[in-house]
Amino acid sequence: MPLATLDTAAKRWVLSVQDYALLTGRALVNLFRRPFYWSDIVLQADSIGIGSLPIVILTGFFTGGVLALNSASTLAQFGATAVTGQLVSLAMIKELGPVLTSLMVSGRNASGMASELGSMMVTEQIDAMRALGTDPLKKLVMPRIVSTVVMLFFLTIVSDAVGILGGAFVSSVMLGQNSSQYFHTAYQSLVYSDVLEGLMKPIAFGFIISTIGCYFGMSTRGGTQGVGRSTTQAVVVASIIIIATDFFITQIFITVFGR
Amino acid sequence: MTTVAQPRIDHVDTAQDQIVVFDHVSIGFDGKPVLDDISFRVHRGENRIIIGPAGVGKSVLLKLTNGLLKPDAGTISLFGHNLGEMKQRDLFTLRGDVGTVFQEGALFDSLTVRDNVGFRLAEEHVPDDEIDRRVTEALRFVELEHTLYQFPSELSGGMRRRVAIARAIVTNPKLLLYDSPTGGLDPITSTTIVELIIKQRDASHTTSLLVTHRLQDAFMLATHRYSHDCKCIEPLPEGETDPNTTFLVLNDGHIVFDGNTHDLVHSDDPFIRQYLQ
Ligand SMILES: Nc1ncnc2c1ncn2[C@@H]1O[C@H](COP(=O)(O)OP(=O)(O)OP(=O)(O)O)[C@@H](O)[C@H]1O
Ligand SMILES: [Mg+2]
Repeated sequence: MPLATLDTAAKRWVLSVQDYALLTGRALVNLFRRPFYWSDIVLQADSIGIGSLPIVILTGFFTGGVLALNSASTLAQFGATAVTGQLVSLAMIKELGPVLTSLMVSGRNASGMASELGSMMVTEQIDAMRALGTDPLKKLVMPRIVSTVVMLFFLTIVSDAVGILGGAFVSSVMLGQNSSQYFHTAYQSLVYSDVLEGLMKPIAFGFIISTIGCYFGMSTRGGTQGVGRSTTQAVVVASIIIIATDFFITQIFITVFGR
Repeated sequence: MTTVAQPRIDHVDTAQDQIVVFDHVSIGFDGKPVLDDISFRVHRGENRIIIGPAGVGKSVLLKLTNGLLKPDAGTISLFGHNLGEMKQRDLFTLRGDVGTVFQEGALFDSLTVRDNVGFRLAEEHVPDDEIDRRVTEALRFVELEHTLYQFPSELSGGMRRRVAIARAIVTNPKLLLYDSPTGGLDPITSTTIVELIIKQRDASHTTSLLVTHRLQDAFMLATHRYSHDCKCIEPLPEGETDPNTTFLVLNDGHIVFDGNTHDLVHSDDPFIRQYLQ
């Protein structure tokens, strides 16, 4: 009996991966088809991008600050507090900026998408849209993917910048270090591949957040409870995939660029 | 009751004339069969009323008709196009000619009544002032033009149903699908809705499929007409029924009756006799 349940669970899993791939593929094909939903993209971009700005700024600032605090106390043991700026900027740009921003946006928007599309699903609004001759993958899913990818890219840049400023604030105001030295090492240590890595990640993560959020929304079954379930699952699954993907992208960059 | 005093629209069985064709259609969910080997056709101008016990698959049948669900077996044609062979994109275009009123209305709850009714027009990039004009016209038809800027949640159940009808008819579709338009409403509101449907039917002669739980609604549809003289709904002369109104009775996954009003009331099938009682 346990074997049989394992069997159906595996089947169900394969089926959902297939559904996910189908949904993503169909939504992306719509990128190249008329009509192009500009106004829906702008609307989503506003809610995802501008809406997430405050939390991204706050997390960025405090993350940069705590990095400076931690690294300064460790570096002091080696008399190397001068490289605080380097540590903060590398960590922010390569890892924490992209990952923390994505996790914040995932908590805010993957859940939002799953619950919005999920409620439309259980109240037959998605069916109604299809019956009215409009493809929900085109009108609802595609704009969410495009705007999340674009906005997460810029949000990550904001978060990186604010994080480095936060580190500067902590190291100069609280720890009394030289701020021009901080910015100098922060800038000097960066190489092309670091920046590339830091900008590739949000594109991948934005894609993950929006497609997972929409997938769980569009596959919602079972009333209000189902909507709640989809919402939670969307955030959990998106977060896990983001962190796992982060590992692999980092590994690829280390293999290719050696750092 | 005897049928037909007016000349019945003569059905030459050309493919052109057949709006909906079900050919040996079966569908089930999770291994449980719902509809089994269903075949029927709906001709241009025909108003088909579908009745049957709850859960028999009436809503499923309507969703099959506009391609929202795919049958497990059999073929369905809409306006002469085989739905099973169509691309997704063409299906969306084809649905432009079908107006659907869902069982629960299925209005977009984050859009105003105006944007709900005008949704399809906006998708077709009709200019804003023309959308306003046509939406107001459709809302006037259902006597709700004052609700233009309200949200669906601010309307009563009966009003929502009427908005859903306005949304379905605003583009003058060639086929209308009504899923239990009077379900869950009080008798007076139900009558208002049925009168609207009769008015729509007699004004534009749209082909339709209508699911209902209430037999009195079905018989009202078969025995009343819209009079242009008094601008009201009036009963047909004693003993006459609307010649274009036909019935489909479902039970247990099968069609147990397919025919006109006269044959339905004179049927001696035990299930139908019991159902009509
Ligand atoms: N999407 C679906 N997934 C699984 N089962 C479904 C689905 N849609 C319908 N069913 C099943 O199909 C059967 C018929 O459902 P349907 O909604 O067509 O009934 P109905 O005749 O419209 O009933 P009612 O008169 O109560 O509206 C039901 O047993 C229902 O459980
Ligand atoms: Mg139903």
